[in-house]
Amino acid sequence: MAIKTFRGGTHPPHDKPAAGTPIETIKPPAKAIIPLSQHIGAPCEPLVKVGDQVKMGQKIGDSDSFISAPVHASVSGEVVEIAPYPHPDGEAKMAVVIENDGKDTLADDIKPKKMDDLTGEEIIKITKEAGVVGLGGAAFPTHVKLIPPKEGKMDALILNGAECEPYLTVDHRLMVERPEDMIYGARAMMKALQTDKCYIGIEVNKPDAIAAVREAIGGDSSMEVVELEVKYPQGSGKQLVTAVMDGIEVPSGKRSTEVGVQVANTATALAVGDAIQKGMPLIETVVTVAGSGVNGMGNFAVRTGTMASEVIEHAGGLKDNAAKIIWGGPMMGQAQFTLDIPIVKAASGILVFTEDEVVKEEILPCIKCGRCIDVCPAYLLPNTIGNASDKDMVDVAERYNADDCIECGSCSFVCPAKRPLLQWIRLAKGAIAARRSG
Amino acid sequence: MIESIISLALLGIVFGAALAFASIKFAVEEDPKVEAIKDVVPGANCGACGLAGCSTFAEMVVKGEADVAACIPGGADVAGDIADIMGMPKPEEGVSYIAQVKCVGFGDTAKDSFVYDGVPNCTAASEFFGGFKDCQYGCLGLGTCAQVCPFDAITMEKDKPVVDPELCKACNKCVELCPRSVISLVTYNPEAYAVLCNSRDKGKQTKAFCQVGCIGCGACAKVCEDEAVTMEKGKLATIDPEKCTSCAKCVEKCPRPIIFGPS
Repeated sequence: MAIKTFRGGTHPPHDKPAAGTPIETIKPPAKAIIPLSQHIGAPCEPLVKVGDQVKMGQKIGDSDSFISAPVHASVSGEVVEIAPYPHPDGEAKMAVVIENDGKDTLADDIKPKKMDDLTGEEIIKITKEAGVVGLGGAAFPTHVKLIPPKEGKMDALILNGAECEPYLTVDHRLMVERPEDMIYGARAMMKALQTDKCYIGIEVNKPDAIAAVREAIGGDSSMEVVELEVKYPQGSGKQLVTAVMDGIEVPSGKRSTEVGVQVANTATALAVGDAIQKGMPLIETVVTVAGSGVNGMGNFAVRTGTMASEVIEHAGGLKDNAAKIIWGGPMMGQAQFTLDIPIVKAASGILVFTEDEVVKEEILPCIKCGRCIDVCPAYLLPNTIGNASDKDMVDVAERYNADDCIECGSCSFVCPAKRPLLQWIRLAKGAIAARRSG
Repeated sequence: MIESIISLALLGIVFGAALAFASIKFAVEEDPKVEAIKDVVPGANCGACGLAGCSTFAEMVVKGEADVAACIPGGADVAGDIADIMGMPKPEEGVSYIAQVKCVGFGDTAKDSFVYDGVPNCTAASEFFGGFKDCQYGCLGLGTCAQVCPFDAITMEKDKPVVDPELCKACNKCVELCPRSVISLVTYNPEAYAVLCNSRDKGKQTKAFCQVGCIGCGACAKVCEDEAVTMEKGKLATIDPEKCTSCAKCVEKCPRPIIFGPS
């Protein structure tokens, strides 16, 4: 079968040192700091108060907004504080602090269910109540995505197992270790979406994951593994649709549902599966720890609310010359200046690099080589938009469709003049949005 | 030869007559006042008057839709000239303003929490954790104010923006753009003292972040006989340049080197 892909993209060195390391569960934190906002959308209001006893898996925050996802206690114990705490997003956000009593007493409403007994609507409700969000990084509430279209039919559900970011091996390990549960979750999502086809896109550098998922699918003709070229950003929603659906493009400014497909991450499917099979809300996530600045590496199953510093300590601790921390993958991740931030639902990796590897580049003039244009998977002109943004010409940036940028960072990665193209484009997008909202 | 000279001369006469006729018949009445006002305004198109540019401003003044004193960079002089052109009484001489950078914490004085490596622009830098300084109120020193100033009144002395009082027209552009709101417009009084700090953190925190920042102790307010100091209790003191009589008593009392006098 042909290996599929999209136009553009880059080939960052795909170092995946932790690909062969099985997932190891870290002991729950003594004190869990659980932010009330771990998703895109409205932050949750706390449902508990200081002094309350909470059980593991108990809902501690929820919101009436449609686009939001509840948060749950990841440990059992006493609520000792509800206050703003540092958050990986950059600003302090309200968090519920739970002192762990070490008993892991399960909440009463956690009961396993069977998919066959459930209707699509019930599956959506369970997904919402379990606080499942997109684990590919964006943390968009999954229940919103599972609502079937009002008219017509969804052609297919595409599960994203590309994991095109260097270093990260979370999805890879989950597909190798728990393919049956992932397929279970995928079937539940198909039932909710009322679609009868599911494609699972996996880059060909993960032959063990491809084999494991194929085996789990068995003879089910409604599900199919699609082998994808190893290229960045193969795991970006729109690019994945183009690759899997043989060239169909998601129109500018639209979502993939416009062309009849819904995209979700494989780890998200697993979370949906767990919410049904085990009745367990999303209170544990797998993070990859890697990079030259940390002693040891691996994939760790971590309760939400665990401090990043504890995870790093468990992995082996920082090296003396550690200089840069990246939250997520090296291409799209966010640099952090402290490890005193809690693991949130959609955390995918903590990468640490040493001084030798962190280079502060001088920004040089554009030499008009056009490499950014060649690699842009959204067919934009990053150089033009970048220059317009630098000169504060927001209308020019808008005319060149800065809004269609998927922020993959391929342009900045290939630029020989080391121009921070993506940052300029992001600034332009912000300015355009600010202007639209008045 | 002669025929061509005559025909060209005739053509010239005909076209010349046509043009002369057209210039009288289709003349556009332009108020000479508009031109006159355009000549007296600074012509930087800075937009401080709230209009699209100096030409628009001139037209609006003549139409009576803009105030003769609306040109902020022009100040009292230009307002007077415009009033003369319009045949209106001269507006009363108002106070003049100047942009003031309320931060002196640079280099080793104020600590950075991390190294920023990206677009050298304060707005861009402040999108990452609010900026790379421990103090969330201090100047980031990437010079966005200097870039935006239409009068080249702000120069960067290393990381520190310095306002030239001769050139600053108080157009407010830097004030609007500064993501940290470190710059504000104050009454121009070259003799006044000023607390050059913007930190609204509590004193203890300011002390941890910055070696010079105002800790809001209030010693200056107590010693000031002119009631020129307003206190944000425990956070920040501000000296009103209109009331300051340059007695410098506050400088002696201040436990931190943050009150600056006429330089």
